[in-house]
Amino acid sequence: MERIPILKMGRFLLVTIQVDMHDRLALQLQDDLTERIVKDGARGVLIDISSLEIVDSFIGRVLGNIAAMSRVLDAETVVTGMQPAVAITLVELGLSLPGVRTALNVERGMELLQASLDREELATLEHDADPQG
Amino acid sequence: MPDGTLLQRLLAEDAGRLLDDWTREQIASTSLRRDLISETELRQQSADFLAALREAVARGSLESVAGPEWAPVRDLLSSVSRSRALQGFSPSDTARFVFSLKAPLFARLREHAPPERLGDETWTVSSLLDQLGLFITESFQKSREEVIARQQQELMELSTPVVKIWEGVVAVPLIGTLDSARTQVVMENLLGRIVENGASVAIIDITGVPTVDTLVAQHLIKTVAAARLMGAECIISGIRPQIAQTIVHLGVVLENVTTKASLADAILVALRATGYTVARVAPRS
Repeated sequence: MERIPILKMGRFLLVTIQVDMHDRLALQLQDDLTERIVKDGARGVLIDISSLEIVDSFIGRVLGNIAAMSRVLDAETVVTGMQPAVAITLVELGLSLPGVRTALNVERGMELLQASLDREELATLEHDADPQG
Repeated sequence: MPDGTLLQRLLAEDAGRLLDDWTREQIASTSLRRDLISETELRQQSADFLAALREAVARGSLESVAGPEWAPVRDLLSSVSRSRALQGFSPSDTARFVFSLKAPLFARLREHAPPERLGDETWTVSSLLDQLGLFITESFQKSREEVIARQQQELMELSTPVVKIWEGVVAVPLIGTLDSARTQVVMENLLGRIVENGASVAIIDITGVPTVDTLVAQHLIKTVAAARLMGAECIISGIRPQIAQTIVHLGVVLENVTTKASLADAILVALRATGYTVARVAPRS
């Protein structure tokens, strides 16, 4: 069965969607991704959809769901490289993916994940240094 | 039934004087806008029309001007009406170009037609000129509509420029009312330029938008949401006091959108967000 590969990069998982997303594939990705987040202890997920030309309401909803599930598992999701036409379609469908962070390209997305991870670790360090505070 | 031979003969034999009379008639007409067209140009148009009319009468029927033999006359009238629409003539001025031919032509018919056929001949010529008059009015209307359509198109293209403010910052100054069609163009332009420039902040300036109703607000929110999906934050700037009041009274929620009163404030925020700082290097003079 066809699968979208999930790559591990440090503490993040990288998914690039380069084929037409159909419903079964999207659900499979959702399964695989949640499993991998738990298995690898990932802190962030980056989904690159720059080659995705067509998106429907179902795929849009699955993307939103993946983000929500990742957050429950303490991993942040960034969707990168959305095409203008796809963005317009999603907005017209009323799916503005409220819980999902977005970035223009993979590089910026990685920076975003790294920055929020750094921030979190800094907060933990400060807390450890001053447990009363 | 008159077959047009008399009209044909009149147009052929008496062409020079007919042209003189007709031109004089048009110039004498009080409503002719002498400031818009020169006498030479008018005479040229009239001469061309008479020549085309002569050809058509010789070859075709007088019943209808829709036939192929009337095509040169129709083309000529179209070009006359188009040039007059552009010059700013009124529809009646344009129609009078054809109708003013009646007086000199009827005068000649009275001279040359046998009395028993005068009524018939006059009727034929009159109905022919009426048809041509209607045609020129119609094509005048058409050219005016073309002008309007072209202006709308130009307005659409002109009014939505996306400008690059700084590395990673683009802005779109909106001017005029936003409707669905324009929002679509604005959205596509803005998103395209965000990709092109790799922009992470986009400023939408609505100083030039006269009114904001729920629909316009809806369109703005959509544009902001689409830009966000692509990874660019949007700032809406140029919100005038009345607009701010309207937005609140309408119950429009803009809470996820950064809004600023002026474009300058928005640029400052955008520069800070992209990691720049603005500082004065010389003291205020």
